[in-house]
Amino acid sequence: MEIRPILASLRKHRIPTLLIVLQIALACAVLCNAVFMIGKRVSDMHLPNAMDEAGTVVVNVQGTDEKLVAADIPRNLAALRGIAGAQAVSVVHTMPLSRNNWGWSFGLTPDAPVSDPNNLNVTLYFAGENADKAMGLQLRQGRFFNAEEYADSKVDGGAVPSTHVMVVTETLAKKLWPGQSALGKTVYSKPYYFTVIGIVADVLRPYTFALDHDRSYYDIFLPVAPDAVLHEYILRGAPADRERIAREAVAKLQQLNPQAVVKGQTYQSIRDQYFANSQSMVWILVLVCLVMLAVTAFGIVGLTSFWVSQRRRQIGIRRAVGATRGDILRYFRTENFLLSSAGVLIGMVLAFGINLYLMQHYELERMPWYYLPGGALTLWLIGQLAVLGPATRAASVPPVIATQST
Amino acid sequence: MFGYYIELAVRSLRRNQVLTALMIVTLALGIGASITTLAVLKLLSGDPLPEKSGHLFYPQIDPNPLEGYVAGQAKPDPMMSYPDAMYLVHARRARRQAAMATMQAKIVPDRANDHPYFADGMMTTSDFFGLFDVPFQYGSGWSAPDDESAAPVAVISDFLNDKLFGGGNSVGKTIHVWGHDLRVIGVLKHWAPQPRFYAEVIGNRDYGDGDAVFMPLKTARAMDAGAGNLQCYAQVSDLIHIETAPCEWLGVWVELDSSAEVASYKAFLDGYVKEQIALGRLHRPDTSLLSLMGWLIDQQVVPSDARLQTYLAFGFLLICVVNTVGLLLAKCLRRGREISVRRALGATRRAIFAQFMVEAGIIGIAGGVLGLVLAELGLLAVRHQPADYASLAHLDGQMFLATFAVALAASLIAGLLPAWRACVMAPAPQLKAA
Repeated sequence: MEIRPILASLRKHRIPTLLIVLQIALACAVLCNAVFMIGKRVSDMHLPNAMDEAGTVVVNVQGTDEKLVAADIPRNLAALRGIAGAQAVSVVHTMPLSRNNWGWSFGLTPDAPVSDPNNLNVTLYFAGENADKAMGLQLRQGRFFNAEEYADSKVDGGAVPSTHVMVVTETLAKKLWPGQSALGKTVYSKPYYFTVIGIVADVLRPYTFALDHDRSYYDIFLPVAPDAVLHEYILRGAPADRERIAREAVAKLQQLNPQAVVKGQTYQSIRDQYFANSQSMVWILVLVCLVMLAVTAFGIVGLTSFWVSQRRRQIGIRRAVGATRGDILRYFRTENFLLSSAGVLIGMVLAFGINLYLMQHYELERMPWYYLPGGALTLWLIGQLAVLGPATRAASVPPVIATQST
Repeated sequence: MFGYYIELAVRSLRRNQVLTALMIVTLALGIGASITTLAVLKLLSGDPLPEKSGHLFYPQIDPNPLEGYVAGQAKPDPMMSYPDAMYLVHARRARRQAAMATMQAKIVPDRANDHPYFADGMMTTSDFFGLFDVPFQYGSGWSAPDDESAAPVAVISDFLNDKLFGGGNSVGKTIHVWGHDLRVIGVLKHWAPQPRFYAEVIGNRDYGDGDAVFMPLKTARAMDAGAGNLQCYAQVSDLIHIETAPCEWLGVWVELDSSAEVASYKAFLDGYVKEQIALGRLHRPDTSLLSLMGWLIDQQVVPSDARLQTYLAFGFLLICVVNTVGLLLAKCLRRGREISVRRALGATRRAIFAQFMVEAGIIGIAGGVLGLVLAELGLLAVRHQPADYASLAHLDGQMFLATFAVALAASLIAGLLPAWRACVMAPAPQLKAA
């Protein structure tokens, strides 16, 4: 296909040409960034969480007399064990993605004070007996806590339990002791210290960190004897039973603790609530992208139709002097390809610039390079699809037009 | 003349209905999207107390140890420890001042068989109600002596009054909070600043009904009510007696009426910190005294998602405007002959320009009407979102007008280029060709 006559014709219609190029450039820039944001959120929402998310039920019991809680917990757990389908029950103080965080920072030297700026901030998960089974944690190395370690660990209104053993996640073990076995190693926060006895697969913290996914897994598990800080009862069963188990657990705990405020839900709904905003942002972005592509396509259809009708006579003459329908079709498609190419070239630069701006002002990473050609390809395709209708109409202009005066 | 242009424009728009519809729908989509996101952004960045916000200030100090301190890079903590907050409240250096912390109040209903439930509450000091101009339906707040004696009194919201007592004047009645009896001394009118700026940490339950129950700080603490947020700056072993622990859990608000008062309060705050550093209790000299709106910006109360959505929507609107320019231009160039005839018959360039701008304006108004419908639909969708501000999203009179302003501006900008092209067109060649 000869490009020169197309360029010559475009040069005669500078403003419509510029408008199409500008529109494609803007669409390309917005599309790349919007798709990048969609991808980022979707990957945040699918952060792995090595617990039994589908089968776990969480019942929050609060507002009971704190002095009696230690005695109430074994009684409550015994009652929960009686629920049909409950394979494991336990009590903890917070769950992954619940937004209720108990943070603490630790160093690797025995004299590290809590305020040391080099310390690593981690989430403390206080685990009641059997918490590993009730949450469905996956042990990778070492062991979980034994009955004695649970019984010996008291909180009693303090900040950190009195135990000296802990279980860490794989990511935290790698972060604290890269290239070494974490088992037997110790973290310090004067006067507290904890030694690793087990390593579990990565469990999320109550909060996730969008810019540093590894940080979302800095958590340690500590054994705790029945204590007022433990108020999230967890039950694990078959996913099909979870709604019924949640209902029965709430009824039972409310009956045993008439003065308490009891709220139950499946773990799935805790997860859904945590990501609800991201989920709706994803839908909004997808919707805007689709509408924007449609608008761009219709814009191309409109302008090309106008061009075609303006050049009917010219097309007729070309047909009369021997151009085939295919030639005319190819002419308009090539023209559109040239316009799209110019548009996406500017668009990719623009997309990169927008990304740089957003990176400076918002929690956003650098856009991987492949989003740019991806956006370009999409707009090329949209352009070719949009031009198909008007170009076919152009190709069907009969050669006889050339002989008519307009 | 204007009426004639409108008639011409309508006739021209009707001649090419598909193109006209395409332009109106394109513009409406862009306007619908941008007005929806603007309404949400306006809601989120709004002033929670428009009458009073200019007089409210939030003092902050930094009790952290000197380790890791770099002068000029440290930011004072968002909350205050009990001794510091109480010093500021008792010093009475501002017109009014109150210390406050959010709490969860377990309310036990009187009726048997009703389960207890948690309500959002504030433990605070007596100036709270005057400081924020909180409106009372019945009764009043408590006094400074009530603060000191931990009087068993409470002020309740209109909705808690409805829920517990079925409305009416409930002053003198008793509510049960955390197993303690409190005498109701005041019932509020509806009061729910959006966002709940006075919570010591913003970012949780910022938008909604507001707090249900208010009680003196010492009264709440005597029943072991835990602080809603707690941050410790030194080794701590007891989280029950947080008055003496090295922990921050209170916010302090002060009322200052002039810039001179603000300057002298800041000097007082700096002086207090210097004195405490000399005594060895504090270590870092940084203080801050932000205004209410400054505090909201500092706390990044507008989620970045809302801003990104607004950028996206305006990017989209820009694409729609460019699109409309293209379509209008196509239409206008096609009417070369009509324009030339009008020019040959004596129409001035200005008249042609005006005619095309009127046509663009009509598309803008039609796009605005349709855009308004789309924005209402968009906000309906927003109201079904899970975010806590979602239920408050609506179009007010201002946004209603803004919609038409944006629509008209967008369409007139889109019309400029085609109208200019139309009016500079040379009539002779066009007429000859015909």
